Order: sequence, then C-alpha cells, then structure tokens
Amino acid sequence: MEKPGVLIFGYGNPSRGDDAIGPMLLEHLEARQWEGIELLTDFQLQVEHALDLEGRRLVLFVDAHLSCPPPFAFGPLTPACDASYTTHAMSPAAVLQVYREIRRREPPPGFLLSIRGERFELGQDLSTAGAANLDAALTFAEGLCVRPQLAHWLSLCGKM
Amino acid sequence: MYEYLETAKNPDQLKRVVIDPVTRVEGHGKVTLLLDEQNHVKQARLHIVEFRGFERFIQGRPYWELPVLVQRLCGICPVSHHLAAAKAIDQLVGVDQLTPAAEKLRRLMHYGQLLQSHALHFFHLSTPDLLFGFEDEAAHRNIVSVLQEYPETGLKGVKLRKYGQEVIRVISGKRVHGSAAIPGGMNKALTAEDRDYLLKDIDDMILWSEEVVGLIKKIYLSNEEYHRHFGAIRSNFLSLARPDGALEFYHGGLRARNERGETIFDHIDYRNYTQYLREEVRSWSYMKFPYIVELGCENGWYRVGPLARVNNCDFISTPLAETARQDFMAHGNGGPVHESLAFHWARMIEMLHCAEAIKDLLHDPDILSGDLVVKGEKRLEGIGVIEAPRGTLFHHYRINEDDIITRANLIVSTTSNNQAMNEAVRAVAVRYLDGRQLTEGLLNHLEVAIRAYDPCLSCATHALGKMPLQLELLDAGGVLIDRMTKNGDGRITH
Repeated sequence: MEKPGVLIFGYGNPSRGDDAIGPMLLEHLEARQWEGIELLTDFQLQVEHALDLEGRRLVLFVDAHLSCPPPFAFGPLTPACDASYTTHAMSPAAVLQVYREIRRREPPPGFLLSIRGERFELGQDLSTAGAANLDAALTFAEGLCVRPQLAHWLSLCGKM
Repeated sequence: MYEYLETAKNPDQLKRVVIDPVTRVEGHGKVTLLLDEQNHVKQARLHIVEFRGFERFIQGRPYWELPVLVQRLCGICPVSHHLAAAKAIDQLVGVDQLTPAAEKLRRLMHYGQLLQSHALHFFHLSTPDLLFGFEDEAAHRNIVSVLQEYPETGLKGVKLRKYGQEVIRVISGKRVHGSAAIPGGMNKALTAEDRDYLLKDIDDMILWSEEVVGLIKKIYLSNEEYHRHFGAIRSNFLSLARPDGALEFYHGGLRARNERGETIFDHIDYRNYTQYLREEVRSWSYMKFPYIVELGCENGWYRVGPLARVNNCDFISTPLAETARQDFMAHGNGGPVHESLAFHWARMIEMLHCAEAIKDLLHDPDILSGDLVVKGEKRLEGIGVIEAPRGTLFHHYRINEDDIITRANLIVSTTSNNQAMNEAVRAVAVRYLDGRQLTEGLLNHLEVAIRAYDPCLSCATHALGKMPLQLELLDAGGVLIDRMTKNGDGRITH
C-alpha cells in the first residue's frame, strides 16, 4: 500500500512538562481526517526514523524548543550531521542526513515547527505559556495541512 | 589511578578550562579542567546532571501503574525500566517464578531492547565521529579503508535497530509505550504469525551482527596502540551472571570482580544489594558515586555495561558470540580487558548474542503458550534488577497496605559508571591536553571518552536547544579569557 505523501512527526515525552507539546499537537491534528497525510509520534528522534521518510514528498517535524521566539518558529531543514557527545539526542536535520547516507539520495524536503516551551521537569504538566504557544502553533499547522505543498510551505518560512 | 586529579591542592592558583553547557539543565554534561600556568592539567571533573524527579513521579502512585509509568523515565530504553519495574512488582504480588512462557516473552522483549540499543551505537561507530585518531593520518586511512571493506554499514545498523524495535512492538502491541509485563507475568501471548514475521529476518540480523563484530575488531586493532591507551583505566566490574556463570541480561545473581579478574562476590541475591553496594554523595556533582561496600568508597567503584558483562561472565551461551568473546578476552592477555574504547567491541559481541538468542527463543514452543500469569501473596517491598543496555539497573519499591508506592529508589547504569567516566576524562586530559594548546580537536577526545560509556542523560528530555557543550577559559581570578561553544547541531561558536 502506498504511503501518504506527507509525514508529520511530533516527538517528545508526554510526562515532561512542555516536552509534550509535539505529541499533543499531533493529537489535536488526529481529530480531523487529513487526506494524504500520515501523523507519527515518538519519544524522540533516532536513526531508524530515517526509514519513515521513505516515499514521502514532504516531511514536517514538530517539537518543543527551549529558546525559539514564542510562540513558534517554522523553517526548512538542511541535512546535517549531529555532533553531540551523546547518542541520546538526534536533531531532525540529522535524521535527514541519515536518510541521505543510507539511501544514497536526497531526502524529501523537510521542515521544522519549533514551539516554545518553558519547563521540562519529569511529572510536570504543560505550562501556561506552553499551552498558549501550542494553540497558536496548532492553527498554523492546520494551515499547513490544508495546503501541503512545497511552494506554499516555503512561502511561510520565517513567518509566525 | 587518577584520583589525585579530582581535587587540586591550590585550585585558586590554577587556570580553569570549562567545557560547560549554557545552562545547568538536566541532561547536560560539563567537564571542568583546571590548568596551571604551563597548561598542565591539575584538576579534572566530569559533571553530569542526572535525571531527577523520578521519586516524585513514582511515589503516591499505585504499584500496578509502574510498568507503564516508568517507561516515561527514558526515551532511549523504556523497555529496560518497564522490565525492571515488572520484576520488582512481581515480588510485591508474591511471585518469585514466572511461567516459562511469560519469562521467555520478557526475555525476548529484553533481547529486542538490547539489540536495538546496541545497534544504535554501531551506527554511530560507522561515522567519521569515531575516527578520533585523525591526528594520525596513517591511522585515519587505516580505519577508512576498513570501513570500505564493509559496505552499507549505515543501512545495516539502522535495520538492526529497526528489527529490535519490531521485536518490542510485536510483544507489547505498540511501537511506543506498549504494555507487556504485568504483575506476575505477561498480558498477551505471541501469535504464530508474529513469530514467523520475526523469524523472516533473523538470519540477516545474525549475519550482520557477526559482520559488525568483525568490523569493530578490525577498527580497534587497526590503531591498537592508540586505542589501548585512550582513556585507559582499570576498575572493578559488576554485572548479573547466570548460576552457571554465563552472560545474563534478564535475571541472575550479582557478580563483582576486581581489576585482575578475581571474584569479590558472586551469585548474590540482588534483593540484598544494599548490603553490598552503597552510594556516596560528593559536593561537586549532582550524581552519586556507588561503590562496593567491602572495598570502601575509595577503591570500591566499579564499571557496569557491556565491558563489565563480557569480562565478568565465564562464557556466552550462543556459539558465535562465545567465539567472539574468546577472541576478545585473548586481547586482555589472561586478565580482564580494561580499555574504555573496548566497550564498543564488547557491545557488539552482546548484540550478536542477542540476535542468536532471539532466534533460539523464536524456535522455542513455549513462546506461543497462553499460560502467562502467576499469583501470590502480597508483600510490601519489591526489588527488580536487570542488565539494561548501559549496565545494571536497580528498581526498588516499597508500598503501603493501600498498594501505593511510599518509597522508590533507582540506581541507573550511568550512576554506576560515574566514577569510571570521571577517571576516563582525567586519563584523556592528562594524556592529550596536558601542556598543549587547546583546540577543538583535542576537546573532541574528551567527548569520545564520555561517549564510549554513552551516559544516559536526562532520560527523554531532548527538546531542541538543549545539550550544547561550552568551553570557557578562565584565569585564577575568574576572568574570562576565551570561550568556545559547541551547539547541539555541531556548530562551533568561538
């Protein structure tokens, strides 16, 4: 069965305060039916997620961000190697790079929706600011789902 | 060995080089180096902000929630916490022995977890990041040529990891945060269809795992002199072991051996762990320092994880991994292998064992049985110990008469390796930074030493903007001389 051409990937730990923002945005999106769009969640990004990019024409990553301007930021991704001192963290750009390395071709165009988060302690609920930022980002993300086209997404880059 | 570098005699007269995160947010690591006027390392410490809040997270919850709840402690090895919690809860419900089917399903899930976690390490090994001998052009060329003999290493690494994830998904029902272990057993049987699905690719997984062991060995030996001394330390080792001394991940007795391979204690019921292990608190670190009580806090620190397990066991029960283990141990010339970078080699031997063990279990008829749960009489204390990918993991709970968790204690693998990581950082600092101009390349050596242990940081706090490393050079008066920041995406700001 052919995969949906668009993948939206929200990731984060639902039990760590604003780290839940990514998965929560996808929960809201799941309430509607989006033709040609697959929604995927996980705790965090890792190398095997490069396999989820196969057969896509557009990919959107959604995550909480510690320091992006509130309420959110949206922009294109360029494949790049991660250089973290730990294997625990992987960026969306690194996932695209993994795809490039293992498939020996360019990954589908990728975009990142970073939503400003304020607190990330284990057991905490969403912060008030985080919840407000999530609401704003959800409206924006729904707009992306209504017009899941590369040219349109590119025209929105840098806007909030 | 390098303990003299933990605290300098006159720190106020030393220059301070700090590899420091921007904020002390959970999940960050920081390396502090104090240099004298000649740029000799006089003090080195590794600060890791261990994940916190788990006690608050767990206490006050009914115990039966824990196998699902504790998966949220860690986004990297949720299954390890799930199974360790399940083992503790088995005791709370008075169960000391599961049915054969339940135990084998848990083992299968655990092998899947280890396989996928170790495969992740392999993937990172095949990148230039591990060619840390780049200062030696000849060694660099050697390693590059080795990698060229093994095509598609990256793709195989990802597929190995994906396979491990599929084993977990098939047993737990979901890709993420499925439920499988319940008090006294498992919640569903494996179907023949799922068994056959996993069997389809297992021979490839074994073949690739064996190739990887060969690859890692070649990489290691292609620059053997460098690898032998890089971050080299000697230590005691702790792990579980089977009653017959075999390598064991799911259930066994505690075994500790000293740096010469002599037994300190063996076949200890881990429910008595507090009689054998204690945790020391130090003022300069958020993380505790466990040690073997019999040896005292100064000499009783130990290592856990692949190097400890492969050193400690008498044999591995699957043939290809056992052959690889003997080959590995020959490298130690009759004693334990101690080099920090040998962790990578030992890790791949374990991955091979997991692949072989998965195949054996898939051919075991017990794995399809529906006899999955045992009941017993309630107890108020439960302890579960398991060998997680990074090392021995302890979950210890107490409940009240209302089945509510009143107390929880976790010792995670990274805590047990805390002293060892400090020692490795010091060893690298003494050898490679002492008396030399600081460069990005030299500082990368410190990262490589830390990465060999792959500390589990923050347990699932990965939000973008975290986990940078920052280096600051301060004079003895605290005045900033220079600063270098390595961001999470690898960009260097200087």
